[in-house]
Amino acid sequence: MKAAPYLLCVPALVLFAGVVIVPLAMTVLLSFHDWGQYKGIEPVFILKNWQEVLGDSYFHEMFARTFRIAFFVTLLAALFGAPEAYILNRMRSPWRGIFLLVILGPLLISVVARTLGWALLFGGNSGLVNKALMGMGLISAPLPFMFTEIGVVVALTHVLMPYMVLAVWASLQRLDPQVENAAVALGAGPFTVLRRIVLPQVMPGILSGAVIVYALAASAFATPAIIGGRRLKVASTLAYDEFLNTLNWPLGAAVAVLLLLALIAVIWGANRLVERRYAQVFA
Amino acid sequence: MSRNGPIALAYHALFVTFMLAPILVVCFVAFTPEGYLSFPTDRWSLRWFYAIAQYPEFISAFWRSLWLGAISSAIAVGISVPAALAIARYRFPGREAMTALFMSPLMIPHLVLGIAFLRFFTQIGLGGTFTGLVLSHIVVVIPFALRLTLASAVGLDRSIEHAAVSLGASESVVLRRITLPLVLPGLVSGWALAFINSFDEVTMTVFIAAPGTETLPVRMFLYIQDNIDPLVTSVSACVIAITVAALLVLDRAFGLERLLVGRSAGHGR
Repeated sequence: MKAAPYLLCVPALVLFAGVVIVPLAMTVLLSFHDWGQYKGIEPVFILKNWQEVLGDSYFHEMFARTFRIAFFVTLLAALFGAPEAYILNRMRSPWRGIFLLVILGPLLISVVARTLGWALLFGGNSGLVNKALMGMGLISAPLPFMFTEIGVVVALTHVLMPYMVLAVWASLQRLDPQVENAAVALGAGPFTVLRRIVLPQVMPGILSGAVIVYALAASAFATPAIIGGRRLKVASTLAYDEFLNTLNWPLGAAVAVLLLLALIAVIWGANRLVERRYAQVFA
Repeated sequence: MSRNGPIALAYHALFVTFMLAPILVVCFVAFTPEGYLSFPTDRWSLRWFYAIAQYPEFISAFWRSLWLGAISSAIAVGISVPAALAIARYRFPGREAMTALFMSPLMIPHLVLGIAFLRFFTQIGLGGTFTGLVLSHIVVVIPFALRLTLASAVGLDRSIEHAAVSLGASESVVLRRITLPLVLPGLVSGWALAFINSFDEVTMTVFIAAPGTETLPVRMFLYIQDNIDPLVTSVSACVIAITVAALLVLDRAFGLERLLVGRSAGHGR
């Protein structure tokens, strides 16, 4: 019976070997191939694409923009999503379920439709967001949202927010309400309870939510393509252009592989951080 | 449990507004009677919904998305069930690595998958075909199917199977009459979640779909790239309405939290 579990996994293993590992390996290989306008892709082994991606200031700027956007999206999602998950968790029975559905539901609604909503809200100088901000007296002149980093950050934060709420919500479910009550009984104010009891325990949740949001924000495609337009390039829209417009596949592959490597490094580093923190809190 | 104060509730109201605003805006603009993007103020009109009928590429893309989601999710569940049983029941060398491998499409950016599949399918002659789309969608929805089938396989009470065996049932009868019916809710919810994720997938599909095999999100994306007009808002409004309806059914049937967090029902509070 020793072989049984392996036999059961055979269909999945065949699929992953054939349709995940081989294509990924081919993409890595592709990033070392040569390309020319008239000769197309030449299956040779050269470092040209990597030198271009790593050395050209155009690519530096583009990658910096990609990771800057991802950083601010993650920051905003954590800053606004974590308190909301906490509030949601304190709600009573019917409302809790209803608002959980309202906030997590957008996760399943098409990204294109949600981004279209932001394009309509931003809509040039007369967009609804600018009207609302000026009506409240927060700004005097309309802010440009379309085709700017601010616009991409706002729309992406909306698109990825449910992941953060979900991660913090999951960690709140493991929290024992008796500990909070004990702190209150011992004379701690609401702020102290939040800072000393709740926050340390949900920190792993916030960090794991941040990893997910960061990875998805750095590789997001539809939202930066629609809100950022053709001028505000990020890694994914640049790779898309190389593949489907310029047809320089090897260069596009190098951009994608570099993005993948950067994200693996971020996820790996963050996981180690979470584990260390976890050990410190619960040791 | 302590209650939320007025500040918390005000914050909550703003947050919910932020989450719903772009979705509601799309639905409102879809009802405009004008020929350009505007909010319907005094008059509502269905003209842009009727206009969808004039664009067969949206309709055919919709059916293609539906079939693609149904087929790839069914195959993904079919592959997930044996793998979930193996992972839930056996401790074997490589178990952790295999679980990580099968869940990896969640962590590989869809952009990278799209590029990898574009190259791979072009090389093996599946470029821009529906078969290629199905294969790629199976890969990206497998983690969702596996997570929910795994949750139900882990929660399965083995003593029921042992009872069946002691009463003389053969292995295949136990599998057919006991095991599969018990994991069925996990299979159905896994399929549903896989279907929704396939139906919404755009980043990867935009690379591999060709002009005759575009899915609905891809068609919408390409349309928006050219120009934004009320037609695409009415198409989006239909997609939103369908998703919300599916969401309500799923929440009723399985509980959304369970679907998204992947826990068995009754766990937690």
